[in-house]
Amino acid sequence: MSTLPERPQGAKRLGLVIDLDTCVGCHACAVNCKEWNTGGEAGILPDYDKYGPEPDGVWFNRIHSYETDAGGCSRTVNFPRSCLHCENPLCVTVCPTGASYKRAEDGIVLVDTDKCIGCQLCAWACPYGARELDEKAGVMRKCTLCVDRIYNESLPQEERVPACVASCPARARHFGDLADPDSEVSKLVKERGGADLLPGLGYQPTNKYLPPRRATIPTAPAKPAASGATGIGAALLGLLDRALSR
Amino acid sequence: MAATGQSQPKRTVARTTCYMCACRCGIKVHLEDGRLRYIEGNRDHPVNRGVLCGKGSAGIMTAISPARLSTPLKRTGPRGSGAFEAISWEEAMRIATERLAAIRASDPGRLALYTGRDQSQSLTGHFARMFGTVNYAAHGGFCSVNMAAAGLYSLGGAFWEFGEPDWEHARLFLLFGVSEDHDSNPLKLGLGRLKERGAKILSINPVRTGYSAIADEFLAITPGTDGLLVLALIHCLLEAGRIDAQFLIRYTNAHHLVIDAPGEGGHGLIARDAAGHALCFDRASGELREAHSPGIDPALLGTFELPDGRRARPAFALLAERYADPQYAPEAVAARCGIEAATIRRIAAEIAEVAFNHPVVLDQPWTDTAGRRHAVMTGRPVAIHAMRGVSAHSNGFHTCRAIHVLQMLLGAVDTPGSWRYKSPYPKPIPGGPPPGRPRVPGGPLDAPPLGFPRGPEDLLVDAAGEALRLDRAFSWEAPLAVHGLMHMAIARAYEAGPQGIDTLFLFMSNMAWNSAMNPGETTRMLSECDAQGNYRIPFVIVADAFSSETVAYADLVLPDTTYLERYDCISLLDRPIGSAHGPADAIRIPVLRPDRAVRPFQDVLIDLAGRLGLPDFADEQGRPLYSSYADYMIRHQRRPGIGPLAGFRGADGRAIGKGEPNPRQLERYVENGSFWRHELPAEQLYFKHANRAYLAGAKAMGLIDDDAQIVLQLYCETLQRFRLAAEGHVAPRPPERLRERIARFFDPLPIWYVPLEEAMTDRATYPLHAITQRPMAMYHSWGSHNAWLRQILPENRLYLHRDLAARLGICDEDWVWVRSRSGSLRCRARTMSGVNRDTVWTWNAIGKRTGAWALAHAAPEFRRGFLLNHVISEYLPQEGGAAPQSNSDPVTGQAAWFDLTVSLEPCAAGTPDKTSPRWSANPLHVRRTAEAVR
Repeated sequence: MSTLPERPQGAKRLGLVIDLDTCVGCHACAVNCKEWNTGGEAGILPDYDKYGPEPDGVWFNRIHSYETDAGGCSRTVNFPRSCLHCENPLCVTVCPTGASYKRAEDGIVLVDTDKCIGCQLCAWACPYGARELDEKAGVMRKCTLCVDRIYNESLPQEERVPACVASCPARARHFGDLADPDSEVSKLVKERGGADLLPGLGYQPTNKYLPPRRATIPTAPAKPAASGATGIGAALLGLLDRALSR
Repeated sequence: MAATGQSQPKRTVARTTCYMCACRCGIKVHLEDGRLRYIEGNRDHPVNRGVLCGKGSAGIMTAISPARLSTPLKRTGPRGSGAFEAISWEEAMRIATERLAAIRASDPGRLALYTGRDQSQSLTGHFARMFGTVNYAAHGGFCSVNMAAAGLYSLGGAFWEFGEPDWEHARLFLLFGVSEDHDSNPLKLGLGRLKERGAKILSINPVRTGYSAIADEFLAITPGTDGLLVLALIHCLLEAGRIDAQFLIRYTNAHHLVIDAPGEGGHGLIARDAAGHALCFDRASGELREAHSPGIDPALLGTFELPDGRRARPAFALLAERYADPQYAPEAVAARCGIEAATIRRIAAEIAEVAFNHPVVLDQPWTDTAGRRHAVMTGRPVAIHAMRGVSAHSNGFHTCRAIHVLQMLLGAVDTPGSWRYKSPYPKPIPGGPPPGRPRVPGGPLDAPPLGFPRGPEDLLVDAAGEALRLDRAFSWEAPLAVHGLMHMAIARAYEAGPQGIDTLFLFMSNMAWNSAMNPGETTRMLSECDAQGNYRIPFVIVADAFSSETVAYADLVLPDTTYLERYDCISLLDRPIGSAHGPADAIRIPVLRPDRAVRPFQDVLIDLAGRLGLPDFADEQGRPLYSSYADYMIRHQRRPGIGPLAGFRGADGRAIGKGEPNPRQLERYVENGSFWRHELPAEQLYFKHANRAYLAGAKAMGLIDDDAQIVLQLYCETLQRFRLAAEGHVAPRPPERLRERIARFFDPLPIWYVPLEEAMTDRATYPLHAITQRPMAMYHSWGSHNAWLRQILPENRLYLHRDLAARLGICDEDWVWVRSRSGSLRCRARTMSGVNRDTVWTWNAIGKRTGAWALAHAAPEFRRGFLLNHVISEYLPQEGGAAPQSNSDPVTGQAAWFDLTVSLEPCAAGTPDKTSPRWSANPLHVRRTAEAVR
């Protein structure tokens, strides 16, 4: 069993805020994540049967599109799913070798693959399906919040965000410190009613999802047409009766 | 974490342009020791501003795809067998040069050059022009020509490439029939911005996926009825008197007088004075006046007498009377559109509310073409975008025209908050010269092969009125086929046999599979011989980077590079990357050195043109003028001072648009991130069609030749010219069999009609509409050989509404038969709610032919993937004894993919767990000889 660190005073809680009102489900974040991480410090994210009958592989982030019919109103929701970097991550506490750990300074949950034995207890413990087994290396893989980008001083400041956030074409993904009530992400969560995923389970996810919403244009109730009206109506005649100047 | 290595790899970053779809985003390619490490969006780039989609992010896997071709190939087995011999480039070029030289010496028209979704049409079109063949087109005819033609003949611009919504000011955004790939990142960025601003997004689409999923309102319209919905919205706006009359008289031809003389040659044409200026009736003076005179008070209604005694009426009066008719009332169209009348009325009210009660006023003075200084820019913040769902119907041209008429009535064309032109548009209507033809037999064409007919006199027809082109573009069968009819090229070549064309030269187009209507018939036509054992299509050259289904049908294969291994030019002469903020163009640069015997197609074409001694590609002694495409991009001048690239021209690299070739031009592009853009001053950003400073600036840059006001064509007089010919009032006349058709469809005001195939099909037998959608992580067939993208979507399903499924007894994952008048296919079903109740749909181009794309034979793309194409025909049903018409829009020849109607039934128990139809596997078998390897 691994233990969770004491959270120092003023420690960050780095995470993502994902806007379900804006996510079009394009998979940009998922593919760019795979691309960045497979060649980065996270090591290779393997692909199996690349050109064969059962193409599969390890992804830190996957997109699910589904329909809901809540309240008699059907809609399609695109839902990106990745590690939520929980405050209370059972995936860490069940780890028998200490390979899974949560960083005290920023709350990022990581796997030390040198210690991981691939027992998959963490995958069973995670209700969000955020961990995937690397069948080739026999170790677990998961989102690192692009820890090799966000602190990477060889990158310009504006690029020190996770690859999924940098690439998102609809700008539906936001990165920041959710422990800071004045951060842009905290403000977004407050303004938009950002929510935890499966809050009843008690894992206290850091990542938040902003719910879909609907913009409307109030108008006066449309008048029914005069029955059987033909030809150009009085409203248009009235409009065109006024002098114009070309 | 994995330990990092001891020695630091050499890291470099190259900035170039993506080509994982047609979007042309700027990318930064990170290399480690010369190997691809990471591709990301370029934050400085005007198209994508740093973001990058799933396709672009998977470019690394395309660069190492096993489907890459590696050497020139010569066919050794029967066509379609996949048996080839590897040959050297010198031999490949010798074969192609000898073949094409012989054609050019006898009849250049016997070469047909068709290119796919490429971005070098200014080069390929110029090659065809100099070769002297009219038989040239790119993929626009089966993609979006309805939209392009309707826009260019109405506004001098169009949706997608030539226009964009004003994301910063729109309050209501109408999205018609948009699939997720046109365009990709700019549309996503824009939608995100609208969401951030709280604007309303209304999606009108039979299917709720992708962009439609985040719309604030979704209308599951019946396919092919968008035009009817738009005319009903127009009906409501006219009924309520909610139109912008001031915009109409200043910027459109609404007040132009239309001659009312039925049965005479001038009927339906604009009345003009002796100098050719359009006339209107000025209410202030009570006289006829030149319509463009400033300050007059033109009548929009009424009937007036012309000096010659004929009667004439303002174009708007004709329009208002037509759409005021109860047949366009929401109550009359609701059932057909699948949208409740009250909803249509509410949408019309929302449009009017936003347009007229919430105008956007920008504190920006500007001067119009009449010389008037305006203190502010006032706009109607209703923006519209439409794409393939509207375009791919045989009523799509008129539907797009209807949308443009709606925009004009609202005054929502290039105003703050509305749809805007992307520079270099607007262009004078209709957008370019008429299609080229040989001035002397066997010589170059007098204009590019694709052009813009102004009337029947510009058609490419013989004395009997029959088509001169192979695909019958610019004939009476498709007069405004401004992008050609690529979907008919193989069928027409097959019909004509060896007396028709000699060589079919295809670049980057999967015409034997997902780009063909009816691939089964198409592959048969490609491989069928005549009685003497000669192929009916004598010679086929395919240039492509990957082993698509089409490659197996080539006699000669010219292997192209990937997009990371060559120079390319995204040119203002072709399909540039300009925006409403100004013109822009871009290049691709070689980031990787090819590890195979491949050559960039553009280099090959220029080499071929040099060897053939084509004008503009070789000097008078027949010596090639250009060593490569890069050399051509720098030194070629289409007109004095105007070349493929508009930026960094002139000896000092400071000229924009026009200027002497700059030997350092490409270096300057590379320094600038492989693109160039010119930011327009704020006073030029709107009303470009009538903005004096903009038009003068565009003329100075060489974007347009004339800086006169571009009058928007509410009434399309060009169409009436064709109709008059059909009615026998002017020459030349269409052949007898097409007269009624021309008279019907060449209406100068938008019409709606049941799509042609649907109208000719027994709807009791085939009651359902069937369409495709584009998955956002794929671009046509380009994704399935990419190891990452195929994990996202390795096989497709047929989607249908839950209620329909319940009625037919179909459950998720059941195998079903889809039958149309032209064929049957078997696939798996999945149910959903967000779809029109009478429509089934699937993802486009996921199904593959066994053996293609270097995938294993048991790949899901083969076993469970399918193409809807198998039940589409390129011909309409035959009527009487006449030869069948093509399955196309009668105005533009646009392939009518989405007119398909089908029936659906569950498969009987025991059905094989595979899609149908199926073909034998034909993977490439390449014999390699020592000489070729050398």
